[in-house]
Amino acid sequence: MKYVDEFRDGQLARILADRIAQAVEPGRTYRFMEFCGGHTHAISRYGVTDLLPASVEMVHGPGCPVCVLPIGRIDNAIALALEHGAILCTYADTMRVPASERSSLTKAKAAGADIRMVYSAADALRIARENPAREVVFFAIGFETTTPPTAIAILAAERAGLANFSVFCNHVLTPAAIANILESPQVRDIGTVPLDGFVGPAHVSCVIGSQPYEFFAEEYAKPVVIAGFEPLDVMQAVLMLVEQVNDGRHEVENEFSRAVTREGNGKAKALVAEVFELRRSFEWRGLGEVPYSALRIKTKYARFDAEKRFGIVYRAVADNKACECGAILRGAKRPKDCKVFGTVCTPENPLGSCMVSSEGACAAYYTYGRFRDREAA
Amino acid sequence: MCLAVPVLVVKRLDGDDAVIDAGGVRKQVSLALVPEAREGDYVIVHVGYAISRLDPDEALKTLALFAGMESAA
Repeated sequence: MKYVDEFRDGQLARILADRIAQAVEPGRTYRFMEFCGGHTHAISRYGVTDLLPASVEMVHGPGCPVCVLPIGRIDNAIALALEHGAILCTYADTMRVPASERSSLTKAKAAGADIRMVYSAADALRIARENPAREVVFFAIGFETTTPPTAIAILAAERAGLANFSVFCNHVLTPAAIANILESPQVRDIGTVPLDGFVGPAHVSCVIGSQPYEFFAEEYAKPVVIAGFEPLDVMQAVLMLVEQVNDGRHEVENEFSRAVTREGNGKAKALVAEVFELRRSFEWRGLGEVPYSALRIKTKYARFDAEKRFGIVYRAVADNKACECGAILRGAKRPKDCKVFGTVCTPENPLGSCMVSSEGACAAYYTYGRFRDREAA
Repeated sequence: MCLAVPVLVVKRLDGDDAVIDAGGVRKQVSLALVPEAREGDYVIVHVGYAISRLDPDEALKTLALFAGMESAA
């Protein structure tokens, strides 16, 4: 058991496809949002859509950490390096995200900013130790999967008395975003889609568990099936969602029980609770301001908070007018509905964030399915 | 950055660190969040930290579920 090939087996995929085809009720349509970019990626890469009946439509959600980061936050990160002279340590994914005035971290680096790609927050700590005379800022982004390592880095910096290390915190929360898609009047005004259920996050749920989804499965009467990131996981989740819809049930079910428990990772959750607290509001690309949807560093650890240390002021910046990333992140549009998809905007020269990250819907479509997407129903 | 595949814990090192094997590529990661992981276990690693240990029994049950053999598990 290597937990990979077994979950990509073609024979089993055909069996699952037959079972889904038998389960769907004639005359009924099923629209399910896969929240995570990881699922979007698997669906595109393995052609899962081609194995589903025409009445089952997968709607892509906003669960791509790089995609939902608004331009203003990238501008802040660039300013930390260029104006404040800090060494900015970042995950590679953010390097090419478009910022204001056609800039990006890559272009700022070319212009002389000291921006370094790191694999882990621990690498940023090491750089801070090696450069005691310089300010070193870790550009922390991501959902609940990347937050615990950031907490570990801050606690390690405190233990080591590292005075030149700080974190520009942009960590966001999955349940808040899902609830927002379902209920926010603002999102309703800018357009969204009716949904029959959710394929719930794989790795995010490893950390937070399946319990946080119970509230909105009940409150909004929408089924949620937490699924792994392999193609058979997604297909099994679709089958379970179809069965819930047919039965009129709206429960949280866990297809990814090999890695996800109801409680999640207690140690990771405790570390996050020690270091971070809720922000009152945070801007998401595509969703706008979402209340209580992100984390900030607690006052107790304020000296490691780059926003306080450097007096960072956030300024919202509108996306490029031609870019449909916002609507695509809400599931209201598909990549091929965007006029610049695959023409002006490509992975080599992205105009919008959804084309940058491998988890972005546009990048997944461009890489695996741009010539074979079936006509929108 | 969520696109991680399960990797094999090859050797536990001092402290929280371990060497993992990802399809032949060896790398050092931290098991600080999954201290119960042992050599021979598979874990899901994100940005240098294991966040979950895979349960082989649950995996077999899920594979049986795919084939429509719920009762076989």
